[in-house]
Parts: sequence; structure tokens; C-alpha cells
Amino acid sequence: MSTRRIFARPARYAAIAPYLWMVLFFLVPFGFVLKISLSQTAIAQPPYVPVFDFSEGWSAINAAFAQLSFDNFRLLASDSLYISSYLRSVVVAVTSTLILLLIGYPIAYGMARLPQRWQPIAMMLVIVPFWTSFLIRIYAWINILQHDGLLNKILLTLHLVSSPVVWLSTDTAMYLGIVYSYLPFMILPLYATLSKMDPSLLEAASDLGSSPRQAFWLVTFPLSLPGVGAGALLCFIPIIGEFVIPDLLAGSGSMMIGQTLWLEFFTNKDWPVAAAAAVALLVLLVPPLLLYDRLQRGTLEGGR
Amino acid sequence: MSGQSPEVDTAKINTAVAQATPTAPADDTPLLRVEGVSKKFGDFRAVDRLSLDIKAGEFFALLGPSGCGKTTLLRMLAGFETPDEGRILLGGRDIAPVLPHERPVNMMFQNYALFPHLSVRDNIAFGLKRAGMARAAIDTRVGEMVALVKLDGLEKRRPDQLSGGQKQRVALARSLARRPKVLLLDEPLAALDKKLRESTQLELMELQRRLGMTFIVVTHDQEEAMTMANRIGVMDAGRLEQVASPRDLYEAPASRWVAQFVGDVNLFDGEVSSREHHQLTIATRDGGAIMVAEPHDPVGETVVSVAIRPEKVKLLRRGPELDAGNAQAINQLEGVVTDVSYLGGSTVYKVKLDSGAVVRSSIANTARLDIDTLSAGQRVIAWFAPDDCVVLER
Repeated sequence: MSTRRIFARPARYAAIAPYLWMVLFFLVPFGFVLKISLSQTAIAQPPYVPVFDFSEGWSAINAAFAQLSFDNFRLLASDSLYISSYLRSVVVAVTSTLILLLIGYPIAYGMARLPQRWQPIAMMLVIVPFWTSFLIRIYAWINILQHDGLLNKILLTLHLVSSPVVWLSTDTAMYLGIVYSYLPFMILPLYATLSKMDPSLLEAASDLGSSPRQAFWLVTFPLSLPGVGAGALLCFIPIIGEFVIPDLLAGSGSMMIGQTLWLEFFTNKDWPVAAAAAVALLVLLVPPLLLYDRLQRGTLEGGR
Repeated sequence: MSGQSPEVDTAKINTAVAQATPTAPADDTPLLRVEGVSKKFGDFRAVDRLSLDIKAGEFFALLGPSGCGKTTLLRMLAGFETPDEGRILLGGRDIAPVLPHERPVNMMFQNYALFPHLSVRDNIAFGLKRAGMARAAIDTRVGEMVALVKLDGLEKRRPDQLSGGQKQRVALARSLARRPKVLLLDEPLAALDKKLRESTQLELMELQRRLGMTFIVVTHDQEEAMTMANRIGVMDAGRLEQVASPRDLYEAPASRWVAQFVGDVNLFDGEVSSREHHQLTIATRDGGAIMVAEPHDPVGETVVSVAIRPEKVKLLRRGPELDAGNAQAINQLEGVVTDVSYLGGSTVYKVKLDSGAVVRSSIANTARLDIDTLSAGQRVIAWFAPDDCVVLER
């Protein structure tokens, strides 16, 4: 009994670490953002009111609390700019995730079926692009896609087009950039689940009368769903808030929420509205997270 | 016997059912014929020009050490491996071009290979659905299977909510559900503990008899093979060393290797020195002249081994009292008891002969109190009858 207590103590402290991390680097900053989102913009330093000043006692703080309002959120809900940015973010994220899944699944599947000694090499090839800075790779795409860029040169040389095609500043370029950048995040979790799968399950399926196609849809695919969920979330969540890729590769016609946020924050200097937009984005991400959690638990517990 | 075309799945299942009924005609044509089949992995010959006939309704065991090719042979029957040469005929038809999912053969996998995302019920129904059976018929069949392997009440569980023994039953039910012509079992009991393994052996035998199906089981456990099978094929290095009933395998092994692999044995190497009155005398290096009964098939070579099972070797402090007529008929070897292992039902004595060789003798403990036990250091005479010896070519 006493020995158990001795060993349990450090373990219990260690268990606090992730919570401490969450509080320090997520909850506290989120509290700041939430507070700003409920404030009003002002030409001041910092550019919003009220400012909590703990030196002036409780009454001042109480008064400051009274000034907080949901005005910014009402603005978000009523202004079509924000609604359309949110919608575009969701559409872009969903579309990109689907494309990523369609491209990533066959690649991960192929990797998992490679001879054992080739698998680490294939894995390296997936990871290798990370060795170059993300921003540099996106700029490289600009080079490739621009009017007299590599892609147009190749197309013209092959006589596939008669005049240069406009690639840059289109949605096509943006999707290309997103899919290119996020593919590893889709492939790796899928590969992890697919490579762990027991090959005798496929033999059993075949033995019990499934054609290879049936065996895939009845056994491989359902068993890879946790990987599909992980990969999809790993892509969907950052894509929905993506700023750099749409800003550099897409046209200026419509914006994703990340771009709108940036505009509010740096161009309009409207911190409170920008903060409100950020909070709303977070709320937007809760449903897919809950869905994934349910899915995960379903596969773990074998729920009925 | 209609609807043989592989496209009509229901018809195929029905024929399989018809053929699997216990009243299957016992004619001479084997259900399964393996003809000169070889399989190589790189330079390694896993199965080497092997031929084998298996009759309908047999419980056949492929026995051998690991790496002997028994699992490869089983996998070729299931269709997971293709033979490099030779043919496999099922009911007279070459099944080489038939893909695994179209063969009227099912397999129970060593690790069970249950689908973790499906319930017990759906695991058992899996093969029936693929065969295009009607929903009601599937429900009936699954019910039968669940009752057959005594899994009632567990239909909704997932494999990870089952014990090892229960998983084994689900795997069995799933492979039996399609009523295959031949059921292949790959080390079906290897993952169970000893007690459960013994009771499951009996259940498998009972099931096989009741369903009249042909079972081919792969095992490395000779006791398991001897208990369950009608016939055993002993494999080594990709070849069948001997195919025989459990009794013949033990009492009349075809080679030194089989004699040593199946059960315990004492071996004396020597040469045939004389042959008279249906008795051979063999001059052995370690045991002197040993008399053996002349085997049915005459021994072709003179360089042979004499094999004698330990339970056929008796021990006495003094030489057995022999009447004159019998005197020639008994082999006697003198030595010292060096080791006594009490095993409950029997005791194994190691006797070091004066020649330096060691003979093992297993003696049944037929009485609870034994006043005349032998102990280490005692001088004894090990004796055995010529009829109990087997002459093996070397």
C-alpha cells in the first residue's frame, strides 16, 4: 500500500502536465481573445475598450465588465462578408479534404502493400518535402503556375494549348497548393492504419467468397475508417483557417475566413471584430471534432 | 448435381450442402487428389512433388515440424498459393484456375482472422451473404451454426469481447457456415490452453462425424493428430514421409525419421546377420545381436536400424525366467539405471547399457503402492520381444 503511494505520486504530477500546458497556452490566451471579442474598437493603445485595469480596484473592473457586449458577434452574423468567408472556408476545407482523401488513400494503400523493405523509403519520400520551408514551396508553385511559368511552357511545347493558360490567382491554383501541402497529413495516418491490418483478414474474406473488390469495401475500408477520420481531421481543421495558400495562390474575388481575419486585424485595425471572427471559427470546428470523437469511441468500444 | 457453373453462387452452395450430407456415397474416387505438387519460395522448396489422396468424409491430419511445408500445402488447397507444378483435383476437377473465393473449400485460420468490426453474427453470416443467400435462410443458418458451436447469447458481441475459446468457436462456425466440401483447419487448437484443447479436440471429432464433412487439419502436435484424425500424413522437408492410420504410424513407422518424430523410440543401428524361422538376427553396435520378427515387406538392405518403443521395453533385476522354447525369442540387454522420471501414469527409466548406449523404458504405474520400484544405480536387464521391434532401412 505504502509503496504504491510512493510510486503513484510522481505519476500523478506528470498527469497534470498536459492540463497545465492547455491552461497556459490555450485557455489563458483564448480568454484574452474572448475578452477582446466582447470589447469595442477604439483609437487607442491597445485599440479597444474597455481595458481591465486592476490598479483601480473592483468597482472599475465591474464597470469594465458591464461594457462588454456581443455586438461584434451580431455584426458577424449580419454582415454577408463574414458569412460568405465562413461558407467559403467550409466549402474549400470540405472539397480539399475530399480530394486529399481520394488521392491520399490509394497512395497510403499502395505504400502499405509494398514489400516490407521498401516501406520506410516510401515513407521518407512522403515526408521529404517538409525539409523545405512551407512558404518557399508555395512560392515555388507561384513560379510554376505564373503566366510564363514552367507549367505553361510545358503545355505550349507539347502543343496542348495554343496560348498561356491563366493558372495563378484561380481556385484551381489554390486547391493545387492546399492538396500539395496537406497530402502527407492525409497519407501518414492512413498508412499507419492500413499497414497494421492483418493480411489474413483479406484471405478470410476471400475464402468466404468475396472478390478482391468486395473484400476491400467490406473489410479493408471499414477497418481503415479511424485512419480516414484522423487524416480528414488533420487536414480539415488547419485548412479551414488557412491563410497563406489562398492569399498567395487564389484570386482576390472571395476570401476565406483566415484572410478576412487578417484584413480586420491588420488593415482595419479592428481587433474586437477580428477576435470575434476567431472565436466563431473555433466554435465552427467543434462539431467535426465531436463527430470524430464519437467515431473513434465507436471503433474502440465496438458500440452497438 | 446441377448448377455447377461458378456464376450461380446459391446453386454452388446448395450442391456443396448436398455433397456434405452424411450419406455421401463412399465410392473409391478420392474427393481430393494432390498430384505431384511443388511449391518454391525463391530457392526453398516448401512442397516437393507431393502426391496425396483424401476420401470424402475423412478426418485427415497433416503432421510435421514447423517449416515442413504443411501449411503451404493447406494454403494451396485453399487457393492462397498456386502450385509451381502438379495438379490439385477436387471431385475430379482441376481447381488450379479456381480463385479462392470461388472454391467450395473453407479454411479456419490459425489466428482465427475474425473481422474485428463485425459482430459474431455478422462474422458467421459473412460467407453466406457473399453466396447470395436469402436473408431468412441466412438467419436460419447462422442460428444453426451458433447452436452447433454453443455460442448462444453471444451473437451481438464483437470479437474483442470474446475469450480465446469463444473466438475459436466463431472461427469454426464461420468456416462451417457455407457447408464446404472440405474444411481446412490451420493449427485450430494451437492458441488454446491444454485443458480446453483436449475438450475441443473431442468436439471437433464429434462435429466432423455429425456433419460428415471432410476435414483436413494441419498440426505440429502429434497427440492432437493421433486423437482426432482417421489418417495422418507426416511431412518433412516438403515431402510426405508416411500416410497411415495413427496406430500404423506409431507401431509401424516407415522410416527412422517417422519413428523418431512420432512418439519416443530407442534405435539400434546394425546389419542383418542371419535370417531363419521368420526371424532376423541383427548385429547391432550398441545392443549386440537383436532378434526381430521378419517384416511383411522383406528388408531389401542389410544395413538397418531396429526401433523399439520405450513402453515395450521391460526391466527386471535378474534375467527373465525362460523356458527352453522361449529362450531364443527374447532380447536381453544389461545395464544400470541412471535416471528415473515419474510421470504419474507411467515412469520412464533410462538405462545405460554396458556398451555405453542409453535405452529408455516406460513402465505403466498400474498399482498405487509399488514395493518393487527400481532406483538409479541399480543393475537391471532390459528385455523386449522380437515382435515388438520394427526394422527400418537406414
